[in-house]
Amino acid sequence: MNRDAHTNILTFRLGAEKLAIPAEYLREILEMVPVTRVPQASSFATGLINVRGVVVPLTDLRVALQIPRTPPTEDTRVLVLEILLGEEKSTVAVLADQVEEVTTISRKEIGDVPPVGSPWPPEFVLGVGQLRDAFVMFPDLQTIFKTYSAADAAKEKVAA
Amino acid sequence: MSGFDDIGIEVFQEEASDLLQSIEKGLMDLEATPDDAELINSIFRSMHTLKGSGAMFGFTELSHFVHEFETAFDDLRNGRAVVSNDLIGLSLQACDQIGKLMVSSEGTEEDNQRILTDLRQLMRPGEEPVAAPVPVEDVDDAPAESDNAPTGDVTTVIRFWLGVDALRLGSNPGLLLDELRGLGETKVRALVDRVPLLKELDPTDCHIGWEVEIAGNVSDDDIDMVFLFVRDEMELTVERRGEATATQTPEAPEAVTQPEGTPEPAKPTAAATQPKSQSPQKTTAGETMRVATERLDELMDRVGELVIAEARLQALAGDSHDPAMMAVAEDIQRLIAGLRDATMSMRMVPIGSILGRFRRLMRDLSTSLKKPLEFVTVGEDTELDKTVIELLADPLVHILRNSVDHGLETPEERLAAGKPETGIIELSARYSGAEVLITIRDDGRGLNAQKIRERAISRGLMSEKDDLSESDIFRMIFQPGFSTVEQVTELSGRGVGMDVVMRTIGSLRGEIDLESEPGHGTTLTLRLPLTLAIIDGMLVEVGGEKYTIPLAAVEECVELPVLHTVGNGGSSYLNIRGDLVPFVRLRHLFETDGQPPQHQKVVIVSASGGRVGLVVDRIIGNYQTVIKQLSQFHAVLKFFSGATILGDGTVALILDATQLVALGRDVETRARREAAA
Repeated sequence: MNRDAHTNILTFRLGAEKLAIPAEYLREILEMVPVTRVPQASSFATGLINVRGVVVPLTDLRVALQIPRTPPTEDTRVLVLEILLGEEKSTVAVLADQVEEVTTISRKEIGDVPPVGSPWPPEFVLGVGQLRDAFVMFPDLQTIFKTYSAADAAKEKVAA
Repeated sequence: MSGFDDIGIEVFQEEASDLLQSIEKGLMDLEATPDDAELINSIFRSMHTLKGSGAMFGFTELSHFVHEFETAFDDLRNGRAVVSNDLIGLSLQACDQIGKLMVSSEGTEEDNQRILTDLRQLMRPGEEPVAAPVPVEDVDDAPAESDNAPTGDVTTVIRFWLGVDALRLGSNPGLLLDELRGLGETKVRALVDRVPLLKELDPTDCHIGWEVEIAGNVSDDDIDMVFLFVRDEMELTVERRGEATATQTPEAPEAVTQPEGTPEPAKPTAAATQPKSQSPQKTTAGETMRVATERLDELMDRVGELVIAEARLQALAGDSHDPAMMAVAEDIQRLIAGLRDATMSMRMVPIGSILGRFRRLMRDLSTSLKKPLEFVTVGEDTELDKTVIELLADPLVHILRNSVDHGLETPEERLAAGKPETGIIELSARYSGAEVLITIRDDGRGLNAQKIRERAISRGLMSEKDDLSESDIFRMIFQPGFSTVEQVTELSGRGVGMDVVMRTIGSLRGEIDLESEPGHGTTLTLRLPLTLAIIDGMLVEVGGEKYTIPLAAVEECVELPVLHTVGNGGSSYLNIRGDLVPFVRLRHLFETDGQPPQHQKVVIVSASGGRVGLVVDRIIGNYQTVIKQLSQFHAVLKFFSGATILGDGTVALILDATQLVALGRDVETRARREAAA
């Protein structure tokens, strides 16, 4: 999110939740593509997909945000994001149960996560906004991706 | 214009570091062959170019420093001083100083003076050092006084005509005249007899010649230096008046009269012509040009994509059964193979390109550790992918340091052991199939298996009961946190070395072999793939999923004996012509569902001196495999070294042979332990 009063966002559904990410991260939206399973990988990033000749990891935010997982439907989409992870710009794909719209939201409409009663792990959520009548959650993609690349490493150490 | 300047400075720095490297290499060669006059000259020329381009880009401090360095070196050139160990050492220090000055001149003044004063002292002991640096533009005093004592009567008369294109190519006769003025008192006269009639005159042509009378006897070398960048295209005569002998100096005829030969094609800048005319040791024929590495990387990526698209085309053509279509597909396949080879060859760099700094390192090490040694390099022209070479530099530094620090004995110990005092460290590189072998050999004390074993046990890397073969014990030195030298020296022995080396080599898909004989030395062999980008792979199927095994690691494929088809245990043994080879069921390892087919295959792969059988459902065939790195989410999964895109557009993982062999070894050790229990 930037310093402007308004920010462009993409909203999509994961389970019953409505999520929003900055539209500037979005490179493209794909229909469900063949996924290559990566044995022994964590459930957050179980597979690899081919996005125009580039091998991109497919991640599932539902694992991080503790949203129940359902099998893909015909509404399922793959969001290809370009995002700064550490020093490098990485391409990461994210599953979405349903893509809704690209819209703008006023910075004022985005508030902190309520400390109690929030169903999501608080460290993974940047804030919650109100868009028309619905609540949208802004996941902290950087933290989520960072945590899960480290989590894989931890899991490996235990296994070794 | 600042953008241009920035680019200019970048180019200068790049070029300057090349020049510096060639000076350094020259110095090191000079140590071996101190009488090589051509070598001294070539060092001198590199210095001169460095001085010139430094001044051009505003690095005045650097320019001054090099000028002084050059002046001191001039004594070597005309035989007033001789090459000595100290001199080379000091000159190398000066090179380091130049390296600093290339970045910034801040806070260098003191060191500059110290090095230069030392250098002058060394060259001319007893003479008072000159206190202040002489600006570049000023009189080149050393050459003037170093030549035959200038008799007041001799005048040197230089007549020259620059090529007709000279002005268009950016030469500035004014600057050349200024430089000549620096050689002594001058009288300059323009020679206008070749200027054509006005109607034939192209105002951008250069028709004017100059006659310059310089008081005193100016040496041909000094004149050469002035005309360094324009000599090829110009006409030059030198005459010495008042001299008893002939007007021309016989030892350098090519510099005396240079008739205008076939004019060379326009050269973009003076600097661009420099590598050709300047460094005679780079005799490799043909023009070269600098290309940013990113562009080559991008080209390689495109070729990679093309290979993938071509695989798709092959599949379609095969399905179409249309002969015309198949012929085209085949043509394209052939063309792409050629394109791929050409692209890969562009990324190849001879390993000699990094050996220069190793020679410097070895010299420094030898001095600081007081271990006389001879550093031998073999196969400097062996080429490797640029990325591999770059990543290889640090591990090699580490290995070489270890060889000197731990491998070689002290001179006293060597003499006591009946060996020559001077140790030998050899670095050799050669091709072996699709691999390059880099061997580092020392004739030192060799590894002490007993000592390593004790250390490994005390560090908890192995247990007292473990019965490891000697080579397995040697491999302990690659374990993190291992160090055998009692005393940690400044250079090595912090125990953070060899495991990092191992990891780097592993990340390059390479392997390390280690051999050692007590009292006779240690040999370390790095086996590296020629390139990182594209490999030949064997595609296999496991539980409906496809995996690629690097073909270089595949030894053979056999049918899984019926005896083993039942059971789903992790591993067991196969009898391959009398040898027991552990095997791993990939279905089990990768947790796939479903029933295995009736006839499973075993792919025997070898790596790091070991073998393992990989049980797969089906072998599909051999394919060109473009390697894509795994993202950080998957980089830690050790059984996969990367991924690739298949002809049908899906992604397949590439198996890491080294890790799977290690897994097989673990299984073997466990089985042996169980059998013993």
